[in-house]
Amino acid sequence: MQSVAIPPFERFYEEHRSEVFRLLRRRLGAERAEDAYQETFLRALQAYRRLEHGEHLRAWILTIAKNVAVDTLRRAQPQEELGEQPADDGRPPYEELAPLTDGLPPKERAAVVLRYGYDLSYDQIATALGSSEDAARQAASTGVRRLRRRTAP
Amino acid sequence: MTIPTDLDRRFRTAATTLGLVDVGYDVVESPLGDLFVAASDRGLASISFQAEPELQLERLARIAGPRVLRLPASVDLARRELDEYFSGRRQTFDVTLDLRALPPFTVDVLRELARVPYGETTTYGALAARVGRPTAARAVGTVMNRNRIPIVLPCHRVVGSTGDLTGYAGGLDIKRRLLRLEGALD
Repeated sequence: MQSVAIPPFERFYEEHRSEVFRLLRRRLGAERAEDAYQETFLRALQAYRRLEHGEHLRAWILTIAKNVAVDTLRRAQPQEELGEQPADDGRPPYEELAPLTDGLPPKERAAVVLRYGYDLSYDQIATALGSSEDAARQAASTGVRRLRRRTAP
Repeated sequence: MTIPTDLDRRFRTAATTLGLVDVGYDVVESPLGDLFVAASDRGLASISFQAEPELQLERLARIAGPRVLRLPASVDLARRELDEYFSGRRQTFDVTLDLRALPPFTVDVLRELARVPYGETTTYGALAARVGRPTAARAVGTVMNRNRIPIVLPCHRVVGSTGDLTGYAGGLDIKRRLLRLEGALD
């Protein structure tokens, strides 16, 4: 059986753009959906010439859109947590943790504050510190051990 | 859900800027009616008197690749030169042409065709002789009939040996109007 031919991109785009935009608006809200929409179809264009047939194109583009939505949320997370989750007394977490973490080596202190003050994941901390995920995990854990020793009765 | 016009435009612009489009097209208004015009990064790839994109997109994808996108800016140069031509301000076209995937004989014939001056006509036989194939008038006729870039490659200037207009892919009426515009026909 002959496989389905790849349609000219314009036709594919016109057929699926409304559904892609709906999905992105649902997941990201109106504002962020616009950048994600553009990103989705640019990714599709990048891969389009490598497609081997024109089957399952709807599932394909919706998968790309979902991946873009996940990436968008992941990128946005650190900022939102910084902006939207102040400590109850209005002090940012790093200030609350300051008395405790003062005196730790800078990298360990940063890792502890980001992990336990801001609840960032280790790969986000790694990005923030410009180190590997393992190094971030190591720094946070060494910092915590040092604090335990210091606060032990 | 309707896509905001501005968002759609931004996507199309970004696609061009990033070099992700094989061939762009638009519908261009002309005194002969709407024309379907397409251009790649190599140059003008197609002009058709059948302006309905539905009929053209597959053909275009076969020529230049599947990433066919409506991009008004991609045909701006051709649009300007066509406007000038139709208003009598231009006699030769400067826009570069995308003649990929055409057999060598076709390319030779089209290059000779491009040399037929504005306002003059030639015959299928004469054109065949100019590419060194004096007996290939019929084959030249086929090349004219399949010309992807009419007007700019002036197949309307090629007539039968008796002076009869013979045929034109866009219809004899259009051939007549083009020759009249150029002053080659009363």
